[in-house]
Amino acid sequence: MKDINQILQERVLILDGAMGTMLQRHKFTEEDFRGERFKEWPHPLQGNNDLLSLTQPEAIATIHAKFFEAGADIIETNTFSSTTIAMADYHMEDLVYELNCESAKIAKKVADEFTARNPEKPRFVAGSIGPTNKTASMSPDVNDPGFRAVSFDELRIAYKLQVEALLDGGADLLLVETIFDTLNAKAALFAIEEVKEERDLDVPIMVSGTITDASGRTLSGQTAEAFLISISHIPVLSVGFNCALGANQLVPHLEVLSAKTERAVSAHPNAGLPNAFGEYDETPEQMASQIKEYLDKGLVNIVGGCCGTTPEHIKAMSDLAKEYKPRELVVLVNRY
Amino acid sequence: MSQINEQRTTSDEQRYLKLSGLEPLMVTPESNFINVGERTNVAGSKKFLRLIKEENFEEALEIARHQVEGGAQIIDINMDDGLIDGKEAMVKFLNLVIAEPDIARVPIMIDSSKWEIIEAGLQVVQGKCVVNSISLKEGEEQFIQQAKLIKRYGAAVIVMAFDEVGQADNYERRLEISQRSYDILVDKVGFPAEDIIFDLNVFPVATGMEEHKRNALDFIEATQWVKENLPHCSVSGGISNVSFSFRGNNPVREAMHSVFLYHAIQAGMNMGIVNPAMLEVYDDIPRNLLEHVEDVILNRRDDATERLLDIAESVVGKAKESKVDLSWREEPIQNRITRALVKGIDQYIVEDIEEARLSVDKPIEVIEGHLMTGMNVVGDLFGNGKMFLPQVVKSARVMKKAVAYLLPFIEEEKLKNPQANDARGAGKILMATVKGDVHDIGKNIVSVVLACNNYEIVDLGVMVPPEKIINKAKEEKVDIIGLSGLITPSLDEMVFLAKEMERQNFRVPLLIGGATTSKAHTAVKIDPQYQNAVVHVNDASRAVTVVGDLLKKESSIGYKKSIKLDYETFRDKFLKRSRQKEYRSIEAARDNKFQISWKTSEIIKPESLGIQVIEDLELQKLEEFIDWTPFFRSWELHGKYPQILNDTIVGSQATELFEDARTMLKKIIGEKQLRAKAVFGLFPANSIDDDIEVDGLSNMERNVTLSAVEGKMEEKYIFRTLRQQLKKRDGVPNFALADFIAPKTTGIQDYLGCFCVSTGFGTAELASEYEKNHDDYNSIMIKALADRLAEAFAEYLHKQIRTGHWGYDSSENLSNEELIKESYKGIRPAPGYPACPDHLEKVTIWELLGVKENIGVELTEGLAMWPAASVSGYYFANPEARYFGLGKIKEDQVQDYAKRKGIPLEEAKKWLAPNLVDN
Repeated sequence: MKDINQILQERVLILDGAMGTMLQRHKFTEEDFRGERFKEWPHPLQGNNDLLSLTQPEAIATIHAKFFEAGADIIETNTFSSTTIAMADYHMEDLVYELNCESAKIAKKVADEFTARNPEKPRFVAGSIGPTNKTASMSPDVNDPGFRAVSFDELRIAYKLQVEALLDGGADLLLVETIFDTLNAKAALFAIEEVKEERDLDVPIMVSGTITDASGRTLSGQTAEAFLISISHIPVLSVGFNCALGANQLVPHLEVLSAKTERAVSAHPNAGLPNAFGEYDETPEQMASQIKEYLDKGLVNIVGGCCGTTPEHIKAMSDLAKEYKPRELVVLVNRY
Repeated sequence: MSQINEQRTTSDEQRYLKLSGLEPLMVTPESNFINVGERTNVAGSKKFLRLIKEENFEEALEIARHQVEGGAQIIDINMDDGLIDGKEAMVKFLNLVIAEPDIARVPIMIDSSKWEIIEAGLQVVQGKCVVNSISLKEGEEQFIQQAKLIKRYGAAVIVMAFDEVGQADNYERRLEISQRSYDILVDKVGFPAEDIIFDLNVFPVATGMEEHKRNALDFIEATQWVKENLPHCSVSGGISNVSFSFRGNNPVREAMHSVFLYHAIQAGMNMGIVNPAMLEVYDDIPRNLLEHVEDVILNRRDDATERLLDIAESVVGKAKESKVDLSWREEPIQNRITRALVKGIDQYIVEDIEEARLSVDKPIEVIEGHLMTGMNVVGDLFGNGKMFLPQVVKSARVMKKAVAYLLPFIEEEKLKNPQANDARGAGKILMATVKGDVHDIGKNIVSVVLACNNYEIVDLGVMVPPEKIINKAKEEKVDIIGLSGLITPSLDEMVFLAKEMERQNFRVPLLIGGATTSKAHTAVKIDPQYQNAVVHVNDASRAVTVVGDLLKKESSIGYKKSIKLDYETFRDKFLKRSRQKEYRSIEAARDNKFQISWKTSEIIKPESLGIQVIEDLELQKLEEFIDWTPFFRSWELHGKYPQILNDTIVGSQATELFEDARTMLKKIIGEKQLRAKAVFGLFPANSIDDDIEVDGLSNMERNVTLSAVEGKMEEKYIFRTLRQQLKKRDGVPNFALADFIAPKTTGIQDYLGCFCVSTGFGTAELASEYEKNHDDYNSIMIKALADRLAEAFAEYLHKQIRTGHWGYDSSENLSNEELIKESYKGIRPAPGYPACPDHLEKVTIWELLGVKENIGVELTEGLAMWPAASVSGYYFANPEARYFGLGKIKEDQVQDYAKRKGIPLEEAKKWLAPNLVDN
């Protein structure tokens, strides 16, 4: 199999779309979420999408396959919330290892099938590492700005378990994504470095932040450039942005990254902003026309979708990207 | 990924130091010098230190904000202070800083000598910080380990030019250490070269010492070498060090800073700590001065220092001439008296007072009119921070002189007019140092300042029993009682007094002050015992406002209520906070003791075992060992010596105080006014669990005459040490002093030393002599100096021990500054201080050494030493011995301790109360 670094020099890589949006189409009930195994679980489980890797594995595998069919090179494991911290909501901390390992196995199996079918286009599994539901550098209590709901060490330990399980399950890459607080991401990266050292292995890491509003800052207040500097101690494969904003609002921030980093640049925006009902209604064509701007400007090496994006969106992007050369990875001026 | 990596390394010229807060900071070759703000450093700012100690984080944040607004591009945050839980304070303050976008926009420099604090800081900051600092001082292994973690946390690092041998102080050593550090970081750790910042040690020039001549030039040349030979790294440093020898002469210092910076920046220095107020514009330096300064900085001629000294005197000379301007003598009488008070000039006060007396009907009117008008000006200036304590004490001296002159006239007037009411001041205040304690410098300062503000002071002195305080308070009908103490047992005395005042239905407010007292102890232990107001006041400037608020009719009721409420809230918060910590049982803590591998550990038999006495050491020898920083602190001038002499706010006051101190010191030494005595002994010793068993040697071997230690024939003496119980993270031991002595079970013979030094003999006499002359300023001064000399003696003797009597480090060659920083091998802990807060062990030292018999220093009931200017403690020689703080201990250890010591549990609890967890 070709090295992903090499492929990145040759073409724009396509990341998959939204797992959550696809799962909504199944309209799974509480019983479906529980399956046989968790019938007696004392807490409600509906909405625990990551659990479906254990209770509805076929559905997950099918969604992965659909994205690959649409042209994705990289799919994300169904593990966005599979940390002890986020799983505490469902009292499923003890299942975290299994959730990650199984999800990675499911994705890897599908990926291997697609690679076997067309070895010229190898498919990759990125272990999805979400931000958890707590922030390490902000207080949840406006009256007590010095308070923190979670510490660096708690995050580091939780992330380490997730990373180990994802790698055991066969993930090719690790994707630290939807970073709203850079300190959470630094804890994840710290854990990854520990695992890399302990196992004496190198695994490509993708890092993706989230610019939450028009001010152009992350939720924890950093500008795109400050964010980039804060994670620059790790030799990542790519750095980028996802979620929160639609594709067009991301342009200025991607321009900053593209100008300042020697790494590959990724973007997987939402299908526009949510409407009054929380739905994303940008069509594949509308979204593709905005992604076209990234490609015309040579800003990105990896594109894909976040909330609201379907295999149709990914296909539109994939078709478009074929016509473009990737952003050059040769050093120009003043980059880091 | 190798391909991309290779491409990246080709882009060498783009490898700059990049840092981030909420916003980026790039340090490119084109960047101007990067200015690091250091007001959020407890060692750099007295105010910041105070605010952190008071846990007033809100106001502390304002300092950070002010700095960023003032243009600091990075803020240095340091919480290294013995009285602060540095880790907790660092985390708390950083968390609050992060919540303030207008502060958090700049990168943070996490500054500590403790790795634990640095790491805690790195864990709460999302941006790319700078760690200040690491070095090869403790060897390669630790250096690599820390660098690796710093890299993993994503921070840049300041590397001090310091290695196992010591601090780099010449050109070659700077090169050697920076090259070695760089190679290890880049090759072994994979640390990005652009994230390395070297601190190459700025040292003073023009000190008159031949070996200091090249200090600035070596730094500049080493900077250039580093920038040329160690690609991509930065060079930093603290500039003001270079001009120490010209303290007191700011024009010369400013010129020296500018010249030094000019050349250092040209050589490649690109960041550092500079006080902008202490910098002259290079082009504005007069040509003649510039040439002389450059001669010194660049070591261009052999007589450079002498030549600069010559013209430096002319620069200062001008300023001095204007000081002797006597035109104020022509002004009206009130202006003259006010000026004399504000400036502390007593030269003309008697003639002015006489003139004033003749101008009024009754002599008392001079006090109530002229003098009070003047003192009000002093009070206002002091209250607004425009005058400092030493000045106010000088004002008091003038005031007292004036009043002393007037007294006979007032008495005479009374005889003529017996009906006339006594002049009643603003209020009557009783001041006392509690039973068992002898320390009174702070108490005397507060008394003087209050007296200046027209309060009548009833000073009962030191070691005052509670009954006496109670009776005197009733008899004199005082309005406030003020208690002071420095040693820990005094805290209990204060609690007892509060209880007693409650029992006897006292209503007057109680003031608490002194070095061991704290708002926490006052709020948690004293305040609940007394229904009326209890206020912790630890500096004289606050004492005036507090006493005013307590006694003024308009504010009294409201203030008392609010203070009661404040302490209650504080108490609740404090109790909640202190419960969060986890502790180990004493057994578990012992299992986690500090391990020294005794087989390989170097144990050196002392050159001479037994006891030795120094009857009368030449005081001259101690002068160079004086640590001046605490001296300034005792006068409430906070800051590090010698930097404090040039502090923008207190600098001129500090300089003046320093000159007065040196004048007196010269006199003390020249006229042999104090006697320096010491007794010390080195003995075979081994540890048994937490005990240290000392072989007292036979009396003959101990060099003690039988009469001196009559009745003490036993040979074994046992020190009971206490062990840390706070639960720490894995791999960090729970220390006890016993860990530094080889256990008996190893069969290896180890050794322990004990000592007591005193320079207190003669102090009390001199002080009372000054007091007789209404000179509180010099009375406080002599005590403060005696304290410093005692500490210097301890430092001096410790050096003699290390290099001679014990001789375990005969090659040592440390400067006084390094001694102050405790860079020496082995430790010298003192009972009553953090590693061994238990004062009871002093009794054992006294018995072992025959301290009282040999040199006459006694222990009071509270186990304070008398005379007060004395220091006692232990010597541990093991290279792995280190200072630590015991922290809080649990009841199980106290029970164990009482059993070991054979004393009732209640007695053990009483002595260990300040360290008890549940307290």
